[in-house]
Amino acid sequence: MNEKNIKFIQGNEVCVEAALYAGLNFFAGYPITPSTEIAEHLSVRLPQIGGRFLQMEDEIASICAIIGASLTGNKVMTATSGPGFSLMQEALGYAVMAEIPCVIVNVQRGGPSTGNPTHVSQGDVNQARWGTHGDHAIIALTASNHQDVFSVTVDAFNLAETYRTPVILLFDEIIGHMRERLVIPEKGELPVVERLRTSVKRGVDYHPYLPREDGRLPMSDFGGIHRYNVTGLFHDMWGFPSSDPAVVHGLLRHLVDKIMNNENAIARYKEYFLEDARTVFVSYGSSARSALHVVKNRRARGESLGLLELQTLWPFPAQIVREKCAKATSIIVVEMNMGQVLQQVKMAVDKPENVYLANSIDGALITPTDIRNIMRLIRGMGV
Amino acid sequence: MATKDYIRERFFPHMWCPGCGHGIVLNGLIRAVEQLGIDKSNIVMVSGIGCSSRISGYLDFHTLHTVHGRALAFATGIKMSRPELNVIVPMGDGDALAIGGNHFIHAARRNIDMTAIIMNNRIYGMTGGQYSPLSGYGTLATTAPYTNIDHSFDIVELAKAAGATFVARTTTYHAQQLPDIIKEAITHKGFSVVEILSQCPTYFGRKNKEGGAVEMMERMKDNTTPIGSKAKQENQSLIERGIFIKKDMPEYCSEYGKIIERAMKGK
Repeated sequence: MNEKNIKFIQGNEVCVEAALYAGLNFFAGYPITPSTEIAEHLSVRLPQIGGRFLQMEDEIASICAIIGASLTGNKVMTATSGPGFSLMQEALGYAVMAEIPCVIVNVQRGGPSTGNPTHVSQGDVNQARWGTHGDHAIIALTASNHQDVFSVTVDAFNLAETYRTPVILLFDEIIGHMRERLVIPEKGELPVVERLRTSVKRGVDYHPYLPREDGRLPMSDFGGIHRYNVTGLFHDMWGFPSSDPAVVHGLLRHLVDKIMNNENAIARYKEYFLEDARTVFVSYGSSARSALHVVKNRRARGESLGLLELQTLWPFPAQIVREKCAKATSIIVVEMNMGQVLQQVKMAVDKPENVYLANSIDGALITPTDIRNIMRLIRGMGV
Repeated sequence: MATKDYIRERFFPHMWCPGCGHGIVLNGLIRAVEQLGIDKSNIVMVSGIGCSSRISGYLDFHTLHTVHGRALAFATGIKMSRPELNVIVPMGDGDALAIGGNHFIHAARRNIDMTAIIMNNRIYGMTGGQYSPLSGYGTLATTAPYTNIDHSFDIVELAKAAGATFVARTTTYHAQQLPDIIKEAITHKGFSVVEILSQCPTYFGRKNKEGGAVEMMERMKDNTTPIGSKAKQENQSLIERGIFIKKDMPEYCSEYGKIIERAMKGK
């Protein structure tokens, strides 16, 4: 192993390293705690490789700029936190509708509103799913440690290209600011999906919104040989606005199906001691670190605990959650909000009455002690 | 090339009302591009939302019809990633200066090389005639039934103050001057702003008893005058038209090109 590839850095820097590994060459953003280090590092790194870094006038402009840059053929990203993520929602929907690959990082702080900027929360899970208006599907990924932050960030770019969609990286303040060891993979070690470009030649009619048989839509760079229209209105295969009910129905179905029909292919998760676990924790992000600590600690005492750590939050991997929790007598969702993933788990499993919430909403990391105390309450043992 | 070679016939008939000024702007734009001889594939047109913003779809360029007010932000991403492309951003007065006002002043401040065309008909037409930041004090609109108490921006003064390096104004009445000004704006290296006074007989004209399209255009003839004319000295209420500012300043993409050079050298 090349020692230069071993780093001891913040999660936000890991995200930067991984984005560059995945081929990022355009970033636009606006300073906001706790994501700002992503912008700072990219302002140094991107011009070094001939890429572009832009600090825009706000988060709305930031996401709009990356969508524009993606259309010209670049891999693009922006990074923000709750308030900025709220501002981005309209343009996020535009990227969904116009099918423009892009990656949006939300390093979560406490909310609502300005909330708790320098403290941890996982309160934006449902916003990531439903923040923009209208029916749609979305992909959102998360991670609990730096090696995984690296791989899910690369994955985010790959999924954005594969499905022509915005992908949200839903990290949290602890992951963003914590320092730990990272080994940067060698080039080629992780797969990198390049943009699928059309093979239609100059002068031949190119249909930007006509899916191939496999559902994918090859792109043509703006400024290239094919001139076409892109709009946030419902549109036909040429990208021309249409309110024809058949066109509207077909497009909405396509936008949702291309993601929801691939729930399992998009699902990323890790499992610990699930084979014989009677109590299964379902957790993600920095909460999963505490949950894993409890699992290992109690395993040593002979308790049959396990952890299902979700890395894909949307589309929610309901089938996997159901299978992995099938043998459990109790399922405890560990998260730092008021039960956003809890609701999804309840819908996914056979016996929702066996699903409990172990949470914290005070801006402090949920600790193994917090989880153990809540377990005692669930078991009727008192604190 | 003939005019029809610049339009997408599949998109027609257009959705503008009879007498709308936006078709004259479309015509002027096509003439400007034709006279400059720019390859259609080297033009990206980015627009927002509103009657004016539909202009992009009618033209056979790379066209991006975005969300309300943010066209300049999308355009900034395109221009920064492909500086060799000509980027033209047609906007309405509400699109550019109400919801998009912040992006407008910041694009001007950066002096990024693109052409912002503001089709100012002083009203929100697509939603049915509400007052815009350009309607003016004392006008009537569906949301100003007792008269408008909002004062207008002066687009030229705003653009100049924000740092635009090319600022011009003309009207749909002055259809001969229009392509000449657009040509100069497109060839100018830096952020160019062209305000085109346009008429909305359906809403602004009807609400404010300004008559039909012909009367509204005659009013533009009567109410405007070339910059620095004798008429202006005698009547300060006249609106000047022409090129107010054209100056060389460091352009944003070129400046970032220098940043890339420095970063690559490790300085």
